[in-house]
Amino acid sequence: MIRRPSAEECPTSSAPRRRRLRWWRWRRRRRRRSSGSCQGQQADPFGGPPARRGAAPRGPMAMNYNAKDEVDGGPPCAPGGTAKTRRPDNTAFKQQRLPAWQPILTAGTVLPIFFIIGLIFIPIGIGIFVTSNNIREIEIDYTGTEPSSPCNKCLSPDVTPCICTINFTLEKSFEGNVFMYYGLSNFYQNHRRYVKSRDDSQLNGDSSALLNPSKECEPYRRNEDKPIAPCGAIANSMFNDTLELFLIGNDSYPMPIALKKKGIAWWTDKNVKFRNPPGGDNNLEERFKGTTKPVNWLKPVYMLDSDQDNNGFINEDFIVWMRTAALPTFRKLYRLIERKSDLHPTLPAGRYYLNITYNYPVHYFDGRKRMILSTISWMGGKNPFLGIAYIAVGSISFLLGVVLLLILFKGRKSTAELGKLLGRPSSSASIVNHM
Amino acid sequence: MQMVPSLPPASECAGEEKRVGTRTVFVGNHPVSETEAYIAQRFCDNRIVSSKYTLWNFLPKNLFEQFRRIANFYFLIIFLVQVTVDTPTSPVTSGLPLFFVITVTAIKQGYEDWLRHRADNEVNKSTVYIIENAKRVRKESEKIKVGDVVEVQADETFPCDLILLSSCTTDGTCYVTTASLDGESNCKTHYAVRDTVALCTAESIDTLRAAIECEQPQPDLYKFVGRINIYSNSLEAVARSLGPENLLLKGATLKNTKKIYGVAVYTGMETKMALNYQGKSQKRSAVEKSINAFLIVYLFILLTKAAVCTTLKYVWQSTPYNDEPWYNQKTQKERETLKVLKMFTDFLSFMVLFNFIIPVSMYVTVEMQKFLGSFFISWDKDFYDEEINEGALVNTSDLNEELGQLCLMVKLYSVDYVFTDKTGTLTENSMEFIECCIDGHKYKGVTQEVDGLSQTDGPLTYFDKADKNREELFLRALCLCHTVEIKTNDAVDGATESAELTYISSSPDEIALVKGAKKYGFTFLGNRNGHMRVENQRKEIEEYELLHTLNFDAVRRRMSVIVKTQEGDILLFCKGADSAVFPRVQNHEIELTKVHVERNAMDGYRTLCVAFKEIAPDDYERINRQLIEAKMALQDREEKMEKVFDDIETNMNLIGATAVEDKLQDQAAETIEALHAAGLKVWVLTGDKMETAKSTCYACRLFQTNTELLELTTKTIEESERKEDRLHELLIEYRKKLLHEFPKSTRSLKKAWTEHQEYGLIIDGSTLSLILNSSQDSSSNNYKSIFLQICMKCTAVLCCRMAPLQKAQIVRMVKNLKGSPITLSIGDGANDVSMILESHVGIGIKGKEGRQAARNSDYSVPKFKHLKKLLLAHGHLYYVRIAHLVQYFFYKNLCFILPQFLYQFFCGFSQQPLYDAAYLTMYNICFTSLPILAYSLLEQHINVDTLTSDPRLYMKISGNAMLQLSPFLYWTFLAAFEGTVFFFGTYFLFQTASLEENGKVYGNWTFGTIVFTVLVFTVTLKLALDTRFWTWINHFVIWGSLAFYVFFSFFWGGIIWPFLKQQRMYFVFAQMLSSVSTWLAIILLIFISLFPEILLIVLKNVRRRSARSNLSCRRASDSLSARPSVRPLLLRTFSDESNVL
Repeated sequence: MIRRPSAEECPTSSAPRRRRLRWWRWRRRRRRRSSGSCQGQQADPFGGPPARRGAAPRGPMAMNYNAKDEVDGGPPCAPGGTAKTRRPDNTAFKQQRLPAWQPILTAGTVLPIFFIIGLIFIPIGIGIFVTSNNIREIEIDYTGTEPSSPCNKCLSPDVTPCICTINFTLEKSFEGNVFMYYGLSNFYQNHRRYVKSRDDSQLNGDSSALLNPSKECEPYRRNEDKPIAPCGAIANSMFNDTLELFLIGNDSYPMPIALKKKGIAWWTDKNVKFRNPPGGDNNLEERFKGTTKPVNWLKPVYMLDSDQDNNGFINEDFIVWMRTAALPTFRKLYRLIERKSDLHPTLPAGRYYLNITYNYPVHYFDGRKRMILSTISWMGGKNPFLGIAYIAVGSISFLLGVVLLLILFKGRKSTAELGKLLGRPSSSASIVNHM
Repeated sequence: MQMVPSLPPASECAGEEKRVGTRTVFVGNHPVSETEAYIAQRFCDNRIVSSKYTLWNFLPKNLFEQFRRIANFYFLIIFLVQVTVDTPTSPVTSGLPLFFVITVTAIKQGYEDWLRHRADNEVNKSTVYIIENAKRVRKESEKIKVGDVVEVQADETFPCDLILLSSCTTDGTCYVTTASLDGESNCKTHYAVRDTVALCTAESIDTLRAAIECEQPQPDLYKFVGRINIYSNSLEAVARSLGPENLLLKGATLKNTKKIYGVAVYTGMETKMALNYQGKSQKRSAVEKSINAFLIVYLFILLTKAAVCTTLKYVWQSTPYNDEPWYNQKTQKERETLKVLKMFTDFLSFMVLFNFIIPVSMYVTVEMQKFLGSFFISWDKDFYDEEINEGALVNTSDLNEELGQLCLMVKLYSVDYVFTDKTGTLTENSMEFIECCIDGHKYKGVTQEVDGLSQTDGPLTYFDKADKNREELFLRALCLCHTVEIKTNDAVDGATESAELTYISSSPDEIALVKGAKKYGFTFLGNRNGHMRVENQRKEIEEYELLHTLNFDAVRRRMSVIVKTQEGDILLFCKGADSAVFPRVQNHEIELTKVHVERNAMDGYRTLCVAFKEIAPDDYERINRQLIEAKMALQDREEKMEKVFDDIETNMNLIGATAVEDKLQDQAAETIEALHAAGLKVWVLTGDKMETAKSTCYACRLFQTNTELLELTTKTIEESERKEDRLHELLIEYRKKLLHEFPKSTRSLKKAWTEHQEYGLIIDGSTLSLILNSSQDSSSNNYKSIFLQICMKCTAVLCCRMAPLQKAQIVRMVKNLKGSPITLSIGDGANDVSMILESHVGIGIKGKEGRQAARNSDYSVPKFKHLKKLLLAHGHLYYVRIAHLVQYFFYKNLCFILPQFLYQFFCGFSQQPLYDAAYLTMYNICFTSLPILAYSLLEQHINVDTLTSDPRLYMKISGNAMLQLSPFLYWTFLAAFEGTVFFFGTYFLFQTASLEENGKVYGNWTFGTIVFTVLVFTVTLKLALDTRFWTWINHFVIWGSLAFYVFFSFFWGGIIWPFLKQQRMYFVFAQMLSSVSTWLAIILLIFISLFPEILLIVLKNVRRRSARSNLSCRRASDSLSARPSVRPLLLRTFSDESNVL
């Protein structure tokens, strides 16, 4: 009993297989050309140039495969042999032999990533960190819960209107454009009941929604049978403190700082998403006819601003408020202080006072109110997190790279001989490319 | 006449409980006599209904069936909660995918059912001819009633199960092929009862008054017992027995016969074909079990999350300004709701919010993977066999059972035990007559073949000559004692003599024997009119009347024929296994032959002993009567027949023995070695003799030269008086030996195989039954446990002399072992079916013994050697793929939902979703589903060739390694880590006043979108890191998915969607990307999330490097001591004999 040594026992690498596939295709083409006679098949299959190409280092192996091909290909000249066969198609996909890139992630290929990451992340992190540190920012809390605070008097609802003033000093001047924010704490603008309590169709100027606001707006949908415009809890609770900034000059004559109202909302919000109801020429009041103001508002929506481009639903303070914040402590852009000239800082160092028309009660829910002045860089406001994170990740990655490299070098010495003994391409070459 | 009227079947046709008792069929629906009233019985009509649904019940029935699946039901519940309760996400988010899944499944099932309807109709509406009132009436097939006489023409299929009445040939036979039933394409002969043979016309057949009593329908294709009572004019009924040879099965085709008349006995859903149509029981895979386990863990996580959030919500709300601050007041309705009810709905809402942790799409993807993946097996051209012109077949994917069936696919990976049949599986089952021995003289035909048939009296190269008469008797016996038939190309008589003879038989041994006899000058010429014709050495034709055939069965292990010579002598020829024949012949004859038989068996040949006996005419009368009586019996026919056979086959004279070689299958040894190396335990279960089986086992390297054999056979036990005591002693002894060898090293058992002395166990059927059914009740369990302990310690186990049921018994025994190992059975014959059905994975070989095994298996392959690639490559790859798929799905959904959970802590536990509804819906459907599907279809972390050539790799995944607790925990922690990074990274990013250089601020939707973007990229890149086989498809889906995500986000935010209530996402994505900080943050967060993974790759690499160096060491030493691959079988067998205990 004689058992053939099987071809499958040979260690196979992917390279000859690729060749085999190509050779197979080539052979088929050739057979078609010489159709009708069996001579095509008789021709030495190993003599063809395509088989030779690149096959030199593994000659015997390639021959082995070609010989097997001959069997696989079936008798090409057998009459009717191929007519009805259930032989599975020899396509790369069906045989799970699609050409593929087979990355072998060895320490050799992955380690450089650590160094590259380190080398890229650390400079970026330093850049961000420096930029962030150069940003000037001042935060003034004017909630007034402390008795000493000038705004303490405003906590009682009886005093209306209540105006309080807070003094502060800028140690360094603010260069470039300065942005004025108001910040609220413990205010859950992201509460689900709150977030959905709005009607975007109404805000988009849909006249039917104007008079019949969405049910989502409950309980701020109607007031005494009149639809509320804008309806919903978000609109109803719009921030309505007025903040004014004065520079106390040397000559005890306070100079008001010009605060720009426009340009604080997203362009798309202002121009597309929010629209006043149609009709009625320029008379906004006419367009909002039949609606009533939100319960908590002092003025109806068409009297938010005297500027027609900033009135009604397209009032930018309103739009900014309507973009609900992600977290319970948040800031919203209130005003812009534009740089006037290159020579003078926008806000020079000195004493200022903040004039607040205190309307918005936050102490009921233990909240805080703040006014923030901040300059801005290319990456936005002051944010030490990003810079520190980049530096940290970069350093860790670099350090790990070094540690792993040391470990590997230690290990490699002992395995070097074995690697040679093994001599397999997969262990040394990191990437076997099939394509 | 005893009438046992069967109950008329009610609405259900083929009820299991109705299959007791018998049914009476009146041929032609004529009352048999005036005296007996004709009771019209109600049987099923001949409509085949394989379809499940009708137009009316499709929707409710299909929906009901779909929602019976737990996963679907779960999603339905979630959906209903979303519809009824005020939940954070719109019902669309879970309704849409569910609807999609349900619709697709319904369409698929509907289409399949439509196909079945069409096929049913085709069958049901096909025309048949029925004899009614002596006329040939054309009818639709579905109108056939039980009792109708049906006419079938050549090449038509039988419309129902018929009893053959006449075939318009003189001898009343017809030829049938059952290719569509069991795949056997050879012609089988069926017979009509002698009394009805002459009724060849519609008129004459109509005069027949007969009643058929037969058993109730049962699915066994090869079993039928019945009796026909024919009433001629005399009113005296003539009873004839009916067996499977009289029954024409629906679905079979009439061949080589002009037309037949038959009476319908089983119709419609009661035909054997329809009864066989029912699907197999579901086999569940370990992967599915793991999925379910993970599911429970995640369900638990889900419930915990929801419970925690609900509790915290009410803690948080206990301060009134948190519950209802002035800016965010409740509606009147909300205030009035009961608090308990509110808590409950809150809990449900949280569940809905987090329900994405168990996504619908996982089930869809898993099923798609299994369905599509199974194609790779049938597509594999390595499984293609030139001879039978077929490749591998995955039977399970044909059945439309959804999950359970397809799960088998993945079961291939974790096989612990392989049970293999020997004949036809390890061996070719292509028999070759090697030699024979007549009266102890060895005959080895060598020269005969060269000279061909014409050789007559020429001297043969006998080693020694037996008596001429004995010789001829022996050869005649070979020519007569079989069931071989001759294939004729056309029905014209006389063609048989001229052309070359092609023998057909269900058993290849018989063909080999008949061909062997031909070598010595005795040629079997076929059967004519019940006479067997044999051409003897002098070219004379001898005719023998075939009186009875005592068929072969696995229990008796022998067959006999009773023939009448031309001279009138009645002879019985018997051939069978030595163990079956020796006790039945005169003792003094045995010795000489026994030597030969044993030596032949040792050489790995299959031996059969031939015996004969002359039957005196008086005896024959008695025997004949007994036989007919037994054949007539309706109840317990088998037992009665067996008893009669037993009586007849006694006191025979042994003439000689034959040796037939069954060639080892191509690469059987390599395959077994590979399976061993892969850590599988291979058990050979065979019905063969111990010696034959043992030598085959050596030949295919199941046992190696250094394997120490432990034998538990009748041979080793019989010596002592009390078998059980001796058995007990042996068991204890063996156990001691093995335990000594492996001192408590169960954990390194697999390693031990390669290092320690190897043990092999041989056990035979009778010993096994002694162990399993030990009379000492108290110790029987003890026996069994000791036996199992021994079995588990042995590398290889050979069970010989196994009855089919014992095979299944063994499989069941191993299946129930501790740790419930996964078992695989492979076999080719009908005797392996029970074992194939019993084991977790059943593999059939499309061998020469018909297609029964292949039909009942989960997979079928053409050759045993294909098992290697099937397990080592396909099984391994599928396992890695599906395991990764499952882990990845849980992982990606945990990191998807975790930020949403964390967000609840910052939004007052108000169930505010972090992501937009579109993202929630699309995440699993569009953004992350295709890459993992492509991965799970195409991944080859190791090359197919490497997997096939290095079986050790298989061990890596054994025991469900990738779905154990620790990998699961790793994935879960990775997901938790990543989810935390996503959320808090973005959280810290949002501490600043503005992220844009124009000072504008972002809202909560931007927050969610940043988290989501990081999530999608991380999860996809994680898969990219895991992918080791990048085909263009992988590139396309991975980068395509990311591109699609970006494109979709722009698109989704680019338009004011008129159908949406809220334009939350309007320009959010574009605005987000306009910020440099966001870009930097996204890149940073993606990197941090992937960092542990990359680190792990490097660390693993360091470990693998050392492991590989170890491996290479071992391999180097292996190759030095490599056994010579080609070794003469005999040498091995004999030299190994000394190792036997």
